Amino acid sequence: MSTFDVAELREIMSASVGVEDDVYFDGDHLDVPFADLGFDSLALLELASQIQRRYGMQIPDEAVTEDMSSPRAAVDYVNSRLVAAVA
Amino acid sequence: MNTSTAGAAAVITGMGVIAPTGVGTEEHWQAVLAGKTGIGRITRFDPSGYPVRLAGEVAGFTAKGQVPARLVPQTDRWTHLALAAADAAVADSAVDLASLPEYEMAVVTASSSGGTEFGQHEMERLYQNGPSWVGAYQSIAWFYAATTGQVSIRHGMRGPCGVVCTEQAGGLDAVGQARRLLRGQSRLVVTGGTDSSLCPYGLVAQLANGHLSSAEDADRAYLPFDVEAAGYVPGEGGAILVAERPGPDTQGRAYGRVLGYAAGFDQSARTGRRPVLAGTIRRALDDARCVPDDIDVVFADAAADPHLDRVEAEALAEVFGTHAVPVTAPKTLTGRLYGGGAALDVATALLALRDGVVPHTVGPTRLRSDCPLDLVRDAPRERPLRTALVVARGYGGFTSAMVLGRGDRPAGDI
Amino acid sequence: MKRRAVVTGIGAVAPGGVGREAFWDLLSAGRTATRRISMFDASAFRSQIAAEVDFDPRAAGLSAREVRRMDRGAQFAVVSTREALADSGVDLAGFDPGRVGVSIGSAVGCTMGLEQEYEVLSNGGREWLVDHSHGVPHLYGYMVPSTLAAEVAYEVAAEGTVALISTGCTSGLDAVGHGMQLIEEGSADVVLAGATDAPLSPITSACFDAITATSPNNDDAAHASRPFDARRDGFVLGEGCAVLVLEDEEAARRRGARIYARLSGFGARSNAFHMTGLKPDGREMAEAIRVALDGAELNASDVDYINAHGSGTKQNDRHETAAFKRALKQRAYEVPVSSIKSMVGHSLGAIGAIEVAACALALDRQVVPPTANLHHPDPECDLDYVPLVAREHRLDAVLSVGSGFGGFQSAMVLTRP
Repeated sequence: MSTFDVAELREIMSASVGVEDDVYFDGDHLDVPFADLGFDSLALLELASQIQRRYGMQIPDEAVTEDMSSPRAAVDYVNSRLVAAVA
Repeated sequence: MNTSTAGAAAVITGMGVIAPTGVGTEEHWQAVLAGKTGIGRITRFDPSGYPVRLAGEVAGFTAKGQVPARLVPQTDRWTHLALAAADAAVADSAVDLASLPEYEMAVVTASSSGGTEFGQHEMERLYQNGPSWVGAYQSIAWFYAATTGQVSIRHGMRGPCGVVCTEQAGGLDAVGQARRLLRGQSRLVVTGGTDSSLCPYGLVAQLANGHLSSAEDADRAYLPFDVEAAGYVPGEGGAILVAERPGPDTQGRAYGRVLGYAAGFDQSARTGRRPVLAGTIRRALDDARCVPDDIDVVFADAAADPHLDRVEAEALAEVFGTHAVPVTAPKTLTGRLYGGGAALDVATALLALRDGVVPHTVGPTRLRSDCPLDLVRDAPRERPLRTALVVARGYGGFTSAMVLGRGDRPAGDI
Repeated sequence: MKRRAVVTGIGAVAPGGVGREAFWDLLSAGRTATRRISMFDASAFRSQIAAEVDFDPRAAGLSAREVRRMDRGAQFAVVSTREALADSGVDLAGFDPGRVGVSIGSAVGCTMGLEQEYEVLSNGGREWLVDHSHGVPHLYGYMVPSTLAAEVAYEVAAEGTVALISTGCTSGLDAVGHGMQLIEEGSADVVLAGATDAPLSPITSACFDAITATSPNNDDAAHASRPFDARRDGFVLGEGCAVLVLEDEEAARRRGARIYARLSGFGARSNAFHMTGLKPDGREMAEAIRVALDGAELNASDVDYINAHGSGTKQNDRHETAAFKRALKQRAYEVPVSSIKSMVGHSLGAIGAIEVAACALALDRQVVPPTANLHHPDPECDLDYVPLVAREHRLDAVLSVGSGFGGFQSAMVLTRP
């Protein structure tokens, strides 16, 4: 079961941390580290906080920097946690 | 009188105005000269349950498109206004920032109450949902230094940045601090201030000061020096200015010069001593090496509180004589803008100096007998202007005065 | 001759005890005042610890009316002002009130008052708005941080320049720097300069929780503030205040005042990099130190002690260690460096003034306060951080630095008069 995707990631980030129009999360950019896309540690903490609220999950502090470091990593991490929660 | 640019430690070379009277310096100035009010019923939230329903809102401003997308959710509207105004001011100054050493550029803004609306939202989340709902940006959006920090980052200014909080005197005190820095090692200071506290908690807090007007008619709500004066209308917005050390590079770019400045603190209500305003004005004149006759126009604080109006009128009469100098208060068109108010008055005064016209005060019709002022009413008064005095007072006793001299920027087309 | 500002009186309200001597006793004994938060129920928070002041405003001399009117931060400031004035022995009646100034720093103003009133007005957040008339009359005074400076001005009947300086966590250092400038430029003859913050309330704790900046070491609160230690895990929030009486040196000497220290140099720079992030090279802080030393007409080799910002975040500790090496070169390895935040926590805007007070006392007593809880030095922080125990040391010139959100970096040099 996969319920979290890049479009949703972008939607959350646009509303909560701000995303410039020329920043893409697709294709080649999926694996670009958030830091290189211009997102700092505060942005990632805010993203994690938004996801925690929306899905009622707990994301440990370390996971924010280690497991959610790019758009794809973030999507995969959230999905793995959602699957784990269902299982 | 000191009329040469060489004697001034600071010239104002750029301005960005975002006010209820207009987004952009010229839009504001045309509205002021036309006497067009920016005051109306509050639209940013439903004010019907509150005793004050009028405010000066900046209707034409949305952060999206004016502020980098990243910064919109990360900062309060007060900072949005300042970021956009700072961009405009830097562009207006035509200064090449890349040509200036990074440590010789600084940012000093006034803040009256920080990111009030942002803070309210985060407190709502905290109390409605719990601590983990407070967002990561509360730590950088709400505090009083948020605007200075963001403007410093945006423009790469690494000099001695600062934030002055003296309520509605803050705009003058920030420019005063900018001048202090320009007398030292700084060459350019982005200064001034903005404010935006028109949210429910912000309004309720302002109500507590007892100075807000509860009038319903926008044209009759803010009437300084008038027999019907019954408080002021709150507003949002302000002005950001670029102040530079004068030199060959600033020639032809200066709206005006900061000739003199002084700050005092009024304790008359508590101590029974005389109010400090007249003395503060005299110190500002001395600092500018001016005598009262050198001042061509006064931009008044105009509290619209019977006692405070009388104190101001008496101070002006004491220094200048009764009816001796034109006095104006264009802020009746915007309401009082807290951290942005005195900065906007400086901008408006510089425009008046540039164009040789004293904008009129819209609203007051019957002056109190104890306010013997030549309050410019009905229409702008055209006359050559060399100097302007700006007076600002902040809640609790803060009292500041600044003397501005005309610059060498060509007059606008009015 | 250039006018110089000297410190002739010190008042402090700090964790571990109210008053200057209680504060110094804590520092010189290397005791810590960090503990589990008692001021509100912190059980739902990530960080549940703080350095609290055991403060009874009535016992500290405030009237019931003053207590009702003033936010806790203002109470601290007025109590500190009274102590500083008494300590200096200056008779303000002999001064033109227009030559008496006030420069107070605060990062978060009257947060506690603002938050408490929000809670009342919103019925605990459940419904906005119960009734706007439920707001206390002082609510506007809480909204504007300038109230903190105004209260000090009322206390001393000052009619000169009065300002509240708010540059985040460098507010305290910057406010003392501003006061020093008012004396030097001749705008004032006496300045009450200092800083106060009372941020120990849910909204402040939550906002630092959200960015994982504060230590979650809830089970060992007394040892949680561990600057320069390899096991540090964030700063510990604190509260407090220090107010100094600053006077023109010549006038102070004429009246035979006891002089703790001369404020010899001040520098402020910004990194224009990030609101919270620091580049590891310490470049802008090093520049602020250089400016402060220039103002003091001293060389790096003259510095005898550095009072570090030492907040206890890995980022800060490495940043400023780099800054010290950059600014002082070899001297950085020779001078004692310590962080009193290990004992009194991080009181945001107030701490800069509290640290200046500590430096003035250190010069006076010729003792370097230690860095408590430093058992396992971070290998990347390889200076002499004076672990655990205070040290007698000849001190003629000391440096105090601060670093704050917004990218602000400030430095002050104090010298023995």
